[in-house]
Amino acid sequence: MEIRKLVKSFGTNTVLHGIDLTVNKGDVVAVLGPSGSGKTTLLRCINFLEKADSGTMIFDGQSYDLGQMRRNQIAEIRQKTAFVFQNYNLFANKTAIDNVTLGLTSARGMEKSKARDIGMEMLEKVGMADRAGYYPIQLSGGQQQRVAIARALAVNPEIIYFDEPTSALDPELIGEVLQVMRQLAREGMTMLVVTHEMNFAQHVSNRVIFMEKGEIVEEGEAGAFFEDPREERTRAFLRSIQER
Amino acid sequence: MFVIPIKTFQKKEKNTSKKMSERIWNILIEGFGKIMLASIQVTIPLTILGFGFAMIIAMFMALVQYAGVPVLRQFSRIYIWIFRGTPLLVQLFLAYYGFPRIGIVLNSFVCAVIVFSLNEGAYCAEIMRSALEAVPEGQMEAGYCVGMNYLQIMWHVVIPQALRTAFPPLSNSVIAMLKDTSLVAEITVADMFMAAQKIVGRTYEPLWLYCEVALIYLVFSTVLTFVQRYCEKKLSAYNSRETEAASVK
Ligand SMILES: Nc1ncnc2c1ncn2[C@@H]1O[C@H](COP(=O)(O)OP(=O)(O)OP(=O)(O)O)[C@@H](O)[C@H]1O
Ligand SMILES: [Mg+2]
Repeated sequence: MEIRKLVKSFGTNTVLHGIDLTVNKGDVVAVLGPSGSGKTTLLRCINFLEKADSGTMIFDGQSYDLGQMRRNQIAEIRQKTAFVFQNYNLFANKTAIDNVTLGLTSARGMEKSKARDIGMEMLEKVGMADRAGYYPIQLSGGQQQRVAIARALAVNPEIIYFDEPTSALDPELIGEVLQVMRQLAREGMTMLVVTHEMNFAQHVSNRVIFMEKGEIVEEGEAGAFFEDPREERTRAFLRSIQER
Repeated sequence: MFVIPIKTFQKKEKNTSKKMSERIWNILIEGFGKIMLASIQVTIPLTILGFGFAMIIAMFMALVQYAGVPVLRQFSRIYIWIFRGTPLLVQLFLAYYGFPRIGIVLNSFVCAVIVFSLNEGAYCAEIMRSALEAVPEGQMEAGYCVGMNYLQIMWHVVIPQALRTAFPPLSNSVIAMLKDTSLVAEITVADMFMAAQKIVGRTYEPLWLYCEVALIYLVFSTVLTFVQRYCEKKLSAYNSRETEAASVK
């Protein structure tokens, strides 16, 4: 997946000033940056939850004009992607298992029993199989987020976008979610992860992107990025994180 | 000196009052039969039909607003504006006594069903619309992100959640409507209230008969309230932590 010159503004406020971004198969890319730098907006534009002003996307070798996407093009790309939200957004009226299978049965017309097998397999993977019949409200934040990850996995996406998947969680619940994501990375899942978890960015991702004020300030291999950042702004950001 | 005549009067009174109470009792028994018959023939069917159509209308009107369908959205706003802004009784009179002047003559029961559907539909449309709008935006977005389209998300996620939210106010509407059906007596529909009125006209016992019909309405709305509570409990599965999670087989 590749993005070229993505521009997005809300009214007169330009939030993204021409973002270039490449995510190759098997990459785990971490996006860092201070609050309000446009990380969420970037992910939302890439998945068409927000309409970008202009830019180009190359997905699976196909080129798309982000400024004027047709509905069927959006649907086509969404069949191959998945999104994990900061606040989970599980379907409140569906049990854990139905959350995971709904995208299969309704959007892809899969048989119920087959979808269920896949769903249980995914719940197993995130350690939630024993809670399959629970409604979201009966689950803790960490459990909900793991179900949300299972839901994302179930549609067999080529890439999963994560928007601060652990930010809404209590500290003691962050570990279980990161554990699952680490496992996915090991299995070679392609992921684009907005996060404040430096540990994750440093040890799990292979590339790191630092954003500020709607621009990509620095981009590099995870190791080099943390050991020897080139940009002064990146250094300042990393220092401020460490101080916390 | 004054005591004696009063005493004799009281004695007489007691005698007649025994006869009186027997008479009233008979009237009440007759009333009960006629009122119940009218409830089966008119009040209950009118409530069910009226509310059934009202729900269909409400669903349609709420959805076109929620989805922002051009033209239909404005149409829906105007419809709600008119039917919520004018009295039900006036609407009934207009339809039954007024419309024949422009060549629309309706059977009184049919007329009542139509007016109630439209009137109730306007109120329920507002309930449904706000219930739809109360479903968090994230539910729709999550649906898109697993590849569902707008209609699929509405059908599987948004509408079920909205119905759950709308259930208590909608139940209140049914109960209110059941009581409002007593207005149709005014356009010659032989409902429960009309049945009571007829007997009052013959027997001149408004106190007892109107008490009786009020009590029967009370019983009906109490039953509906119980049904509402029962259904709410059933529906609350995903709204309460207490519910035992269904075990997976
Ligand atoms: N729907 C919107 N309407 C108007 N402005 C918006 C909207 N969404 C975001 N913005 C603005 O865009 C900018 C970037 O927001 P964004 O949510 O992308 O930041 P972020 O990097 O995700 O921050 P955080 O780390 O706090 O989540 C902010 O200045 C915000 O005010
Ligand atoms: Mg954000």
